[in-house]
Amino acid sequence: MAAVSKTYEEINERIRKGQAVVLTAEEMTRLVKKVGPEKAAKEVDVVTTGTFAPMCSSGVFINFGHTQPPIKAAKVWLNDVPAYAGLAAVDIYLGATEPAFDDPLNKVHPGTFEYGGGHVIHDLVSGKPVRLRAEAYGTDCYPNRHVEMTVTLQDLPYAVLCNPRNAYQNYNCAVNLSKKTIYTYMGTLKPRLGNANYSTSGELSPLLNDPHYRTLGLGTRIFLGGAQGYIVWHGSQHRPDAPRLPNGIPRMPSGTLMVLGDLKEMSPRWLMGVSIQGYGCSLAVGIGVPIPILDAEMATYTGISDSEIVTQVKDYSFNQAEPLAEVTYEELRSGCIRIGEKEVPTVPLSSVVRAREIAGILKRWIEEGRFELGVPQKLLPNPLRPARAS
Amino acid sequence: MYARMLVLRFPKEIVDKPIVTNLVRNYNLSFNILKAQIYPRKEGLMVMELRGNRKDYERGLQYLKDIGVIVESIAQGIRRDEEKCYQCGACTAVCPTGALHIKRPEMEVLFDSERCSACELCVKTCPARAMIVLFDQKMTLEV
Repeated sequence: MAAVSKTYEEINERIRKGQAVVLTAEEMTRLVKKVGPEKAAKEVDVVTTGTFAPMCSSGVFINFGHTQPPIKAAKVWLNDVPAYAGLAAVDIYLGATEPAFDDPLNKVHPGTFEYGGGHVIHDLVSGKPVRLRAEAYGTDCYPNRHVEMTVTLQDLPYAVLCNPRNAYQNYNCAVNLSKKTIYTYMGTLKPRLGNANYSTSGELSPLLNDPHYRTLGLGTRIFLGGAQGYIVWHGSQHRPDAPRLPNGIPRMPSGTLMVLGDLKEMSPRWLMGVSIQGYGCSLAVGIGVPIPILDAEMATYTGISDSEIVTQVKDYSFNQAEPLAEVTYEELRSGCIRIGEKEVPTVPLSSVVRAREIAGILKRWIEEGRFELGVPQKLLPNPLRPARAS
Repeated sequence: MYARMLVLRFPKEIVDKPIVTNLVRNYNLSFNILKAQIYPRKEGLMVMELRGNRKDYERGLQYLKDIGVIVESIAQGIRRDEEKCYQCGACTAVCPTGALHIKRPEMEVLFDSERCSACELCVKTCPARAMIVLFDQKMTLEV
């Protein structure tokens, strides 16, 4: 039997004809365990993945339209949340973690961070009116110095979600070795190993299903915030050279994605403003990446299960720099891990229920011919990507 | 043995009466107080688990109602906004009673109000602010 080899164009042709066979990453894991990667590669064209969790490095580019008289906005607030205005006249960037200007922050610790950039983005995609205020120093060509108006996403001439770092390939499991509760971006960590928090959708997670980024890069079409978006670059802190298991899975945080899409097409269900106690505001982002099953190697990768993915348990209280243990996602999802002599309850921060829903939606889009694979024009950097016989 | 988690609201006329003592002495019930508060206008609020045999429990409850205590279940005072909850599980780190827990292997986050002790730790821990507590607000807004 000849080895399976498919092209993007062949798979897209099958999608257009409504003949593509699409499985979610969970379904693929079961199939590969049952029939092996060769047979699975023959049967399956695309595997869909998903993740839904707070992703701090997110934000939106907005152009709010020229005013009369025109303004070269120097400072801009949306519902009292400052946006970056150091771009052209009415172009701004609103970051997810920016708190409202009058937020009490951590002055009474732990702060609650009730409203910030992520919440503004959520309100915009919900269609709610948002108060926009801009100040300027005034120029001959832009004489206006102050603007206040109410905008909705529909009114805005341009709003593009552009997240410089999303969908981390693996992440630490966080614990607290100190004697008091700490409040971190990994959630509330009780003292003396009171709980172990982790934030990856494991076998459903996009970058864990293509560990060497063989099919991911500039132009890969994805599910982003409920709409179709794109991978446009590797994300900040992309670190492909992290130590890996023989199966290619990085044992610690590794690859990342920079993603982009039209905010106007997105949905509030998949872009949720969040408040992380003692830490700050953020945005929970829904991302799903389709993985083309080009050959048996891709079937092997997407056949990965939680028991074959590991991560490091790290102390977030700055008492110990070295990892405390290496654990599998199967152990993390069981509800309890063992660290030394202690049984430590585990707490997920990434929603597996929503990740599964995203993988299901993306599967349906592809099956119905509404979503074709984007052919990556430049793969994510990875000096360790294994050479393939072609 | 029968046990229920209750929210008791005391009008100011009886807030200084030894009501819990009477439940123990006259109705053979045991109790576990999780929260007790007197508000500026002297109304009281207590979250308490009441335990005993079914008959004694019913009689004790009738006693409370007869003297003017408003008895509510926890579910009337604390609930989850299912639109906001995105089923992550962050709340399970702090929930002391397991009212918020994860169903495995599905990884669904469930809220069982019968087990809730109204500690409110989940309210600020939930990133989506999906947990809603009403009884404190009710106490200060009404009357």
